[in-house]
Amino acid sequence: MAAVTLATRWVGLWFLDRFPLPPRAAAALEAVPGAVIIGLVVPELAGGGPPEWGAAVLVLLVAVRTGSLVLSMPVGMAAVVVLRALL
Amino acid sequence: MNQAEPTVRFTRAGVVRGARTTVPIALGVAAFGVVFGVLARQAGLTTAEAGLMSGLVFAGASQFVALELWVHPVPVVTIVLATLVVNLRHILMGAALHPWVHRLSPGERYGSAALMADEAWAVTVTDLRAGGGDAGVLLGSGLVLYGTWVASTLVGAAAGAAVTDPARYGLDFAFTAIFLTLLVSLWDGRHDVVPWTVAALVAAVASWGLPGQWYILMAGVAGAVTAGVLRG
Repeated sequence: MAAVTLATRWVGLWFLDRFPLPPRAAAALEAVPGAVIIGLVVPELAGGGPPEWGAAVLVLLVAVRTGSLVLSMPVGMAAVVVLRALL
Repeated sequence: MNQAEPTVRFTRAGVVRGARTTVPIALGVAAFGVVFGVLARQAGLTTAEAGLMSGLVFAGASQFVALELWVHPVPVVTIVLATLVVNLRHILMGAALHPWVHRLSPGERYGSAALMADEAWAVTVTDLRAGGGDAGVLLGSGLVLYGTWVASTLVGAAAGAAVTDPARYGLDFAFTAIFLTLLVSLWDGRHDVVPWTVAALVAAVASWGLPGQWYILMAGVAGAVTAGVLRG
């Protein structure tokens, strides 16, 4: 498990050391962070209900306004607890 | 891509900044680590074995998957394959970092990449995109997460079955909150709309229709391909 996981962490770097990248591929790679995070978040939210969706909206609002993880995370957690109790 | 990427440094200040930014994230990671430790115990691992898995693999999703497959005798090939599939996304993540870090020394690059957890990578990319210019962030973030993950695994395993319901404190929502916040900082303008929407749709459909964690990798690939195609 460890060897395989370490390999996946290194292969991306190693590969690009050897093969240069055309602009389309660069644009594709640039989209990876957002796409992967969306991949992590969307199914979570889809599997939740109104409490999770409401809390998610709140997190987004706080994040847009403040850009602060220290604020948005506790707000989200508190919101989901409250909404689960109410809904 | 941005115009010529400025040379990225690798400094202690960057490491500290990465570590500091990651502390709130570490709380969410700790919650999962405790849960993993408890589950590992229930699956028959000893505290030491659970700690070792977290210390050597350091990849939560694949570790939870491995636990689900954990019977005696241990199906080694199945678990290794499952681990590979679940962690394939790291290849995309490493490749995404390459433009910034390729001029750093192999020690700096591969050393910090060894600790490249999802959250550490997300924190690093966000910081680099904002002009932080310091890949030490990845190492600092990775170290904080690594220490937290291993320590909380040990706590969970040692505590055994005496764990409170994580959902009671909204801890199960912690990661969603974290990733949503990071998405907001990653947002780079209108050209993100279509690729991100495609990624969201693929993730939703794939997580519903396909087993396991394929949907993460597929969403990443779908979003990336869409962006590449649109960049006409």
